[in-house]
Amino acid sequence: MIAYRLPSLGADMDKATLVEWVKQPGDKLERGDVVAVVETVKGAIEIETFEEGVLERHVVEAGETVPVGETLAYISTGKEGAEESSEAPPPISKEAPTTKRKVTPAARKCAREAGVDIKRAPAGPDGVVDLAQVEAMIAAPAKPPGEEAGETAAPARRTKPGLNLAAMRRAIGAAMARSKREIPHYYVASSIDCTVLKTWLETENQKRAVADRLLYASPLIKAAACALKEAPALNGFYEEGEFKPSSRIHLGVATALRGGGLIAPALHDTDELSIDVCMAHLRDLVARVRTGRIRGSEMSDPTATISILGDDTADAVAPVIYPPQVVIIGCGAIVSRPWVVNGAVEPRHVMTVTVAGDHRASDGRAAARFLNSLDKFLQAPEAL
Amino acid sequence: MSDDELKELVTRALFEVAPDLEGEAIEPEESFRDQFEIDSMDLLNFIIRLHEATGVDIPEKDYSQLTTLSGCVSYLGARLKAD
Repeated sequence: MIAYRLPSLGADMDKATLVEWVKQPGDKLERGDVVAVVETVKGAIEIETFEEGVLERHVVEAGETVPVGETLAYISTGKEGAEESSEAPPPISKEAPTTKRKVTPAARKCAREAGVDIKRAPAGPDGVVDLAQVEAMIAAPAKPPGEEAGETAAPARRTKPGLNLAAMRRAIGAAMARSKREIPHYYVASSIDCTVLKTWLETENQKRAVADRLLYASPLIKAAACALKEAPALNGFYEEGEFKPSSRIHLGVATALRGGGLIAPALHDTDELSIDVCMAHLRDLVARVRTGRIRGSEMSDPTATISILGDDTADAVAPVIYPPQVVIIGCGAIVSRPWVVNGAVEPRHVMTVTVAGDHRASDGRAAARFLNSLDKFLQAPEAL
Repeated sequence: MSDDELKELVTRALFEVAPDLEGEAIEPEESFRDQFEIDSMDLLNFIIRLHEATGVDIPEKDYSQLTTLSGCVSYLGARLKAD
């Protein structure tokens, strides 16, 4: 019997509320099956299992909010051997709601590093001490407990069921405050001539039916993944005091949520996708972001993130790294600019790409090499 | 197709692409992007829906005429009349 725990869902989601059990006790589980739907500040997420077996019993009921890492259910894997005996499930008891405070791992770590006493952090209205509560305590230590801006302080504006913009903003703020405090960011930028890319895309889209057309995001994401492959110091995680490079490239794509906020789910094995498959996956991903059907693995897997501002936005962005990743690639809008080509000034389509890197894992030189290689890939989009 | 029918068709296509906007009033002259934070992916999906619903083949160079409700109505109206 093994514990099925709430998986990590990214730096700004350290807790979730169980909405629905998709699998019931007695149901057979295959690897990758969606077991439950949880609600986070960024909408609903479907969480999967990576174990095969039979669902024994639920521990958490719909409506309960729990921190990342908490046991949600028990799965019987059918190999009741020595290696599993350590995790014997506690006896079933239906006692009154526990009075023990739940603390998320991110909140505990943050409190320890900031030298504040986690016991003094107030729990949120859902009974969980999360990163936002600890960050609020660090920012305003003199404030007596109970005065924090909790969900109860002001009626939060809701755009759709489950999406609490105030709570989401607080969670993003807490994760980014942690990123800026812990990660020594460096920034390196280049302006890349995207005229070849634009022209190739126009020709390509003329040949294609409406439904098969490409957005420039697709070749750009693929090119960035290929360039990351040549820059291993930028792809992976900084955990437990050291950089752990990842052999696979799962590029997280920052996607705007209407009403505010971002979510950056992964396109798995991005470097191995053709531009067409990348486009199809991207379309599917955005559709699921909009309807709240993102998978837990998509939230926990990104090895690096790309943020593409898109048309009619701004020239450049200096983004903030999403821990435990060590790089984020910010792409400004492609704009028409006077450019020097072979000694003469010409109008060209130019994009400013800014790499924010973690100095604990790499130097600006690695980011500069990445940018040169991204440029190289973007000059030959047909080869991507 | 009358302008009112086209307006209905365009509105439905928009809400299908962005279900969270369902029921919102659409300002006919203001761009979808400014009103609803419609991005390039939403716009592409929206144009696919318009194409499916009307049969009009919409080349990429015409996308800029499809950024507002009234723009969509007059573009599709003209294209349907020409076909």
